[in-house]
Amino acid sequence: MSSISVSTTVNGDPVDFVCTPDESLLDALRNRMGLTGAKEGCGTGDCGACSVLLNGRLVCSCLVLAAEAEGAEIATVEGMAGPEGLHPLQRAFIDHAALQCGVCTPGILVAAKALLEKNPDPSDEEVRYWLAGNLCRCTGYDKIVRAVQAAAAEMRSA
Amino acid sequence: MAFDSHEKRQFKQVGTRPPRPDGVDKVTGRAQYGADVTAPGMLTARILRSPHAHARIVSIDTSEAEAMAGVKGVVTGRDFALPEDAGLADIAVNVMARDKALYDGHAVAAVAAVSPAIAKAALKAIKVQYEVLPHVTDVDAAMQPGAPVVLEGRALESVPAGMSVNVTHASEFGHGDLAAGFAKADRIVERSFKTAATHQGYIEPHACLASVTVDGKADLWCCTQGQFMVRTVCAALMGMEASQLRVTASEIGGGFGGKTTVFIEPVALVLARKTGRPVKITMTRDEVFRATGPTVSTSIDVKIGMTKDGRITAGEARLRYSGGAFPCGTVDMGAMAAFAAYDLEAVRTQGWNVLTNRPKEAAYRAPGAPQAIYAVESVVDELCQILKLDPLDVRIRNAAKKGTKSSYGPVFDDIGLLATLEAAKAHPHYKAPLKPGQARGVSCGFWFNFGGNTCVSLNVNTDGTVGVTEGNPDIGGSRASISLMAAEELGIPYDKVRTIVADTASLGYNDVTDGSRVTFSVGLATIAAARDAKVKMCARAAKIWGIDDEAVEWKDGAAWPAGPNAGQFPPMSLAEIAAVSFQTGGPIAGHHEVNADGAGVSFGVHLCDLEVDPETGKTTILRYSVFQDAGKAVHPDYVEGQMQGGAVQGIGWALNEEYIYGRDGRLQNPGFLDYRVPVASDLPMIEAVILEIPNPGHPYGVRGVGETPIVPPLAAISNGVSRAVGVRMQELPLSPPRVLKAIKAA
Amino acid sequence: MRYEKPQTVADAARLLTAEKGITRVLGGGTDVLVQLKAGMVEPDLIVDIKALPGIRAIVAEAGGFRIGAAVSNAQLGEDAAVRALWPGVVEAAGLIGSTQVQGRATMAGNLCNASPAGDAVPALVAAGAVARVAGPGVARDVPVEAIPAGPGKTTLKRGEFITSIFLPARPAKSGDAYLRFIPRTEMDIAVASAAVSLTLNDQGVITAARVALGAVAPTVRLVDDAATAIIGTKLHDDAQAALAAACSAACAPIDDKRGTIEFRTEVAGVLAKRAARIAYTRAGGQA
Repeated sequence: MSSISVSTTVNGDPVDFVCTPDESLLDALRNRMGLTGAKEGCGTGDCGACSVLLNGRLVCSCLVLAAEAEGAEIATVEGMAGPEGLHPLQRAFIDHAALQCGVCTPGILVAAKALLEKNPDPSDEEVRYWLAGNLCRCTGYDKIVRAVQAAAAEMRSA
Repeated sequence: MAFDSHEKRQFKQVGTRPPRPDGVDKVTGRAQYGADVTAPGMLTARILRSPHAHARIVSIDTSEAEAMAGVKGVVTGRDFALPEDAGLADIAVNVMARDKALYDGHAVAAVAAVSPAIAKAALKAIKVQYEVLPHVTDVDAAMQPGAPVVLEGRALESVPAGMSVNVTHASEFGHGDLAAGFAKADRIVERSFKTAATHQGYIEPHACLASVTVDGKADLWCCTQGQFMVRTVCAALMGMEASQLRVTASEIGGGFGGKTTVFIEPVALVLARKTGRPVKITMTRDEVFRATGPTVSTSIDVKIGMTKDGRITAGEARLRYSGGAFPCGTVDMGAMAAFAAYDLEAVRTQGWNVLTNRPKEAAYRAPGAPQAIYAVESVVDELCQILKLDPLDVRIRNAAKKGTKSSYGPVFDDIGLLATLEAAKAHPHYKAPLKPGQARGVSCGFWFNFGGNTCVSLNVNTDGTVGVTEGNPDIGGSRASISLMAAEELGIPYDKVRTIVADTASLGYNDVTDGSRVTFSVGLATIAAARDAKVKMCARAAKIWGIDDEAVEWKDGAAWPAGPNAGQFPPMSLAEIAAVSFQTGGPIAGHHEVNADGAGVSFGVHLCDLEVDPETGKTTILRYSVFQDAGKAVHPDYVEGQMQGGAVQGIGWALNEEYIYGRDGRLQNPGFLDYRVPVASDLPMIEAVILEIPNPGHPYGVRGVGETPIVPPLAAISNGVSRAVGVRMQELPLSPPRVLKAIKAA
Repeated sequence: MRYEKPQTVADAARLLTAEKGITRVLGGGTDVLVQLKAGMVEPDLIVDIKALPGIRAIVAEAGGFRIGAAVSNAQLGEDAAVRALWPGVVEAAGLIGSTQVQGRATMAGNLCNASPAGDAVPALVAAGAVARVAGPGVARDVPVEAIPAGPGKTTLKRGEFITSIFLPARPAKSGDAYLRFIPRTEMDIAVASAAVSLTLNDQGVITAARVALGAVAPTVRLVDDAATAIIGTKLHDDAQAALAAACSAACAPIDDKRGTIEFRTEVAGVLAKRAARIAYTRAGGQA
């Protein structure tokens, strides 16, 4: 299997990497670029732990070929916090104890950020349906929904 | 350690909700889990698994795989030592099959190669010749005489008449005269129940990285609930001394009991030794479902007698559990827990474990208890319906309390069941009106809680900060709780304390993070280590002041002269004592080592409002409340988190989660698509009501809280569904086809 | 395995035709990558069609809409005009998978995956949608119900692939709806499903209807008897009962991990009844 050379943008930075044609974007992020924030919980798009933005769309990076990243813009959890500090969602997740083991957290944060960019004032039900593809086995989702709403309120008033 | 009852303690920090110390790492993607590390020269290994439920392994030909470019090592069962200890030997055989594959997904060989793709290709080049054997996956079928025999020679010495040699375990608990008890009853209900095996469903698949040097020193990084357990088991399987194997626990992406044993760790170590290179193994989700621990599957009979006014006169349960292809004692937990919530004159439980061609059971949150209590609470609910009694009143009437001889033997000390039931009864949820078609389910739950071997070091830094070194992987925020207790005891701010989880070379032995033991046991040891450090700091102050050690006392974060006779000295804070410690005798540290007991049992009560679509059998959870005795809630956010998370796992168990086996004995749903854990949109908010009845066995009154909350949802939901559809449901999960069938049959 | 991303339909067809081994067309990839991961298929060639002209566009055409084969369901759901004309189709497509899957999955992919349980397919069949098929020869238009041949199999020939799906214009007082049964609220494969598209006259009487069922047979079922049961009615209770009975009678499902024959047969009728009520209301009928 001959390798493919890919030029892409990750969290605003230009990145070049080499991958095999059957390699997933998740594997390329983790193993070629050293970005291990996105996790593989299932590899089949059922858990959302590998969520990233691809050209602004929320996707499971396990369901994207690395080769498809050519010319694309990718955003991962590693790009959420800026030099000025944590993103309001990140702070809200800590303040509201919305994580326990934390392995689903990067995917949920990326997904929640995408939601609030599209809908700054979601109902609880909208939050729950938007995040239905992000499995969390620790929290029962209660504190996650509260944290997303707290961050949304803060971002609206900012 | 006894509860500090002599002082009416006003906690300054315990009971507050500060940010967890690992929070920033976890929200930025920086936290390192099992699969997140690499090593120079690392190989990737993959495991070949049996496609058969039960088969003799006639031969394994690895020659073609070994000859492939990039393949560095292949191992089979022959490469693993078989320890003499039966429990360790079972783990070894589960890690890699020897003469028989015992379940679909049982490991039979492994390959280490320079890339994942080559390792995957090499698996296909391994030729395994199987002789397929008859299999059995159902617990009741496996108990029948003549059932396929899963393991030879493991039967009970005296298998009861009419049972198969697959029966490996029996137990019995109880007291009183059952016949007399049932004779006093106005109504007796006897029912049989079944529960499907479920999986812990942690989002992080098992992963590890092993390296072994030519002089026999090994390092292992892995996601586990107990690095010391991993060391013990792997050292035995490798024939190594404990000191030569250092195990470091990664951040852990959920465990719930499922990471209290080993699966891939010995394989990575053996391959690392064989190849001389670091070896990483990461399970796929398919492997997690097929080869790691589900719960027991069960079949249970319950008989309960009750008077017209709601007094339980006698209770009896027969529990048949299967822990998969290896002997399993989890049924003991069920037999002990079944009637724990009740103060009974006559009670008896009998349990049996039976082998089936399923993966080896691993603990899952209150192992064995949810199933037994589901069956008992279902029958109690049915009696309440028949006798037109309020289900909480009946439970209050019969509740176990201080002084009750429990159904499993011990006499209870201070327990919170009555307070919990009364809180549920007084809560607005219980009084809220229900619409037509809706119903409310109620259930009690119980867990023993564990203590166990624990070792903590507490180092006082010269800048006045403190490092706590503990040995239990943090699966639910325990580092925050430990830091809070250290800060409370020392009288310094929470953010001056940093708690870390040490590797096996850095601390004495600690039992696995299980049994809801960590906040209790590690907390207890941390408080004791802090007290040890305080004694030492008082001695340093005494030395500086030139007075006797006994003339110094610690209060409010500082050493003080104890009383007017000790002399007039300004108090010295921890920071002041630490700053001059090199001049007063050297570094200051506190230690504590203990095999902790006095964990204190925990009770909970759940209320669930739900409705069932009469045309499809689908259940919707409308409102859910959890009431639980937490002892002292050290960090209430994470206590609530345990109550909410446990409840939702129980909701999943009740409604949809199950291991589905085909006629071929293969697991039909080894993925999150068809093993249906609850998703965010399935659920309402989960209200968590914490009651704080101090545990007499802990200085701050702490009880474990993690496991009890998974117990009540099974019956709370089944009772609600049974009331909603007018049919007593007797099998979990309450999947829509099952519920619709019951509605149609009614 | 090779990965190619051709720039023209002709190049894509040439690549797919020339490859002697196994080929897969990559649109959203939400089925293909799962199959790769599971080792169900090891393609020799993957052709990514997302660079083809117009493949990601929604274009108004003849009173209806032409939906490019690589239009994600998220993109489709954001198109107010398509949603207004064919709400049932857009909702059906919007039910496939999670938000993340929606960002990638396409209706054309759902059709070509040929699962009996694909959510978009019954709604497309009820809508009378037409797939445009490109290949080595001249492009051809095929009714969507003629694409699936059985579980995992299509009638597409070697080198052929779908470039767009056409949703036709429809008369005034029309409505459609799709419902599926899943055990959870999200993230499951349909256990049974039903789509209904219908048109009313000024009196609220149904003058035309198409009823399609999913997950109850090897391929989607267009149930003429079910349509007949409601045509000429105002969808009163007896018409609904006749609709449900006709749907249940048309079911030929299997027992599997997701549901039983008995359950699927019963629930398909229930869903058809409920979907018909929604479609009727959308068409302006007073139920």
